Amino acid sequence: MIYIKDISIVDGVSEIPYKGDIVIDMGKIVKIGKGLDVDFKNAITINGKGLHILPGLVDMHCHLREPGYEYKEDIESGTKSAAAGGFTSISAMANTNPPIDNGGMVNFIKSRAKEVGIVKVYPIATITKGLQGKEITEIGELYEAGAVALSDDGMPVKDSNVMKLALQYSRMFNMLIISHCEDLDLAADGVMNEGYMSTILGLKGINRAAEEIGIARDIILAKHYKTHIHIAHVSTSGSVELIRQAKHEGIPITCETAPHYFSATDEWVDGYDTNTKVNPPLRTVDDVEAIKKGLMDGTIDVIATDHAPHHMDEKNIEYNLAAFGISGFETAFSLAYTNLVEQGIFNLSTLVEKMSSKPANILGIDGGKIKEGCIADMTIVDLNREYIVDVDNFYSKGKNNPFNGKKLKGQVLYTIVDGKIVYEKGKIV
Amino acid sequence: MALRRKDILGLRDLSLEEIDEILNTAELMKYILTQNNKRTPHLQGKSIVTLFYENSTRTRLSFELASKYMGASAANVSTPSSSVAKGETLLDTGRTIESMGADVIIIRHPMSGAPHLLAKHVDASIINAGDGMNEHPTQALLDMYTIKEKLGRLNDIKVAIIGDIMHSRVARSNIWGLRAVGAQVYLAGPQTLMPLDIEKTGAVVCTTVEEAIEGADVVMGLRIQKERQREGLIPSIREYAHLFGIDKERIELASPNLIIMHPGPVNRGIEMTSEVIDSPASVINEQVTNGVAIRMALLYLLTRRRMVA
Repeated sequence: MIYIKDISIVDGVSEIPYKGDIVIDMGKIVKIGKGLDVDFKNAITINGKGLHILPGLVDMHCHLREPGYEYKEDIESGTKSAAAGGFTSISAMANTNPPIDNGGMVNFIKSRAKEVGIVKVYPIATITKGLQGKEITEIGELYEAGAVALSDDGMPVKDSNVMKLALQYSRMFNMLIISHCEDLDLAADGVMNEGYMSTILGLKGINRAAEEIGIARDIILAKHYKTHIHIAHVSTSGSVELIRQAKHEGIPITCETAPHYFSATDEWVDGYDTNTKVNPPLRTVDDVEAIKKGLMDGTIDVIATDHAPHHMDEKNIEYNLAAFGISGFETAFSLAYTNLVEQGIFNLSTLVEKMSSKPANILGIDGGKIKEGCIADMTIVDLNREYIVDVDNFYSKGKNNPFNGKKLKGQVLYTIVDGKIVYEKGKIV
Repeated sequence: MALRRKDILGLRDLSLEEIDEILNTAELMKYILTQNNKRTPHLQGKSIVTLFYENSTRTRLSFELASKYMGASAANVSTPSSSVAKGETLLDTGRTIESMGADVIIIRHPMSGAPHLLAKHVDASIINAGDGMNEHPTQALLDMYTIKEKLGRLNDIKVAIIGDIMHSRVARSNIWGLRAVGAQVYLAGPQTLMPLDIEKTGAVVCTTVEEAIEGADVVMGLRIQKERQREGLIPSIREYAHLFGIDKERIELASPNLIIMHPGPVNRGIEMTSEVIDSPASVINEQVTNGVAIRMALLYLLTRRRMVA
């Protein structure tokens, strides 16, 4: 039994946080109220004074790297990192080695997560066999095995006909397709955003057009085949505009962005810090503003981490050779709080919507609410606490994070999964 | 006595004061170069290593001679660029060289930012001898030295740089350096080889080569790599020569005191006609001489920093 007293509750429904006590027992929220009568002898008590409790954060886009790339991350270290970031449920991308493209692999992820995972892991399976972009996977089997969505993330499904077939076939199971949008011919071997910074740094650019052409195609497919597509990692102002327009026309599109797309720009690449190398690349100030606006007006539904851990040896090399990706679990909440809520883009309730209720809703999984009778997946944060990011303290094996050394506000103190404290003030429990 | 930095990575981060000091020091070095006895003790007891991941004749030789004229121990490591992606990492190689006592490592690398990476991780001074499409600071310094020597000034002159601007580290370094000293820089080349937003550096992008050359005090041709045609960036070398080749007619649009420059090696008849290369206005050979003087100056200034410290 856990008794959390005198805490500000952001319940995922109400616009304004309210003060109260919460009692958790048998994995569930049993009581919310004030001055509750609790048998303190059997309860762990958390004094919530000055703190906020949120529905457990939900990340619908991360890479746990197992199987195949355990030297970068595995399900154990990845879920610890997620817990340290306040996430109680995460959905892991399928571009492992071998990729998650059959029921057996889905079961492998589920059973490994049960064995060593400390937060809930929902597997995403591939759209195409072997991530080859040619033939669609056995989506029926993947569905039955428990995959929550389909994505070839890391690679776009280049062939529009294959994408169409996947949309039609997945509809039978109401399986969500998450699309990595990128025109590979246009992106070619670019390593950063194409613009003034790529020009003066002499690095090959990836034009915004590469992302926007991919998104435009998927919007058109979603429109004509009347099937929901979720667009992964939106990074440009043009993408936001395309999606805004599509939503306006009633096309079934949702999308996500990642914290680095509203917290950093391509100017950060100056000095060739390979921790700034990510795909899609960090864009410009104008794009950052457009992403914030898209989050504010609801064009962007979700903030997902795109947690992409890599080994030091894959980053401590020439910029051109370094791997794409940011290890993002452990800075996501603070970046969102610092750069969105503190900047007045929206309030804490909307942040909870983007990082918990909405992704849970899109994936069709539990979560996103604090309510009596609900599963007790919750995150307690101290919004007043400022701290300096130190990647050496990450639970993730991936220390690749460009916000290292930066001061952020709003720190995760506790993560509670199924009524159990799994993370408490810097320590995995 | 402005130069106090450990490394020379690019002209973008050099101050006007530092550029002046390097150019002034090079003047003294050039005097030494013209003497019968070219030996000076400036670098006695110093160890200089050139680490080249790309083929080069003139730049490497220029550094090597600069080191030797000043009495340093000079050694050279050449690694084909194909082995960059595999085998030993850049940092491991750099640390190995440093462990053998190198005071200065001169690096050329096909990837932008490689010298910056090395500079962050070793105590030896790093000189960038060309990194990818980023910078080639010693080339731009020798170009500026040559211009100043020939025209007597660097400010209020018009410099036209013609060719593959996108892939050119020489162009980028010259833009930074020349803009810093107050020169006007005009660029011309195929639009597919013109990098996005380059005009934000203060350089002027021209649509025709004539526009760039008109009234120019300096015309600088860049080497066009034949592989740009294979990559589809230009339809043909022939069309390039037709549209952008620097020939006698185009040169006549320039200022009467024009000097013609090229970082070399030149593709005769492609980016420049032989007539232009061998004309009295051409200072291509002086550029090479001045290259040694500039590199002597830099090696001296960087190793002196260590003594002062």
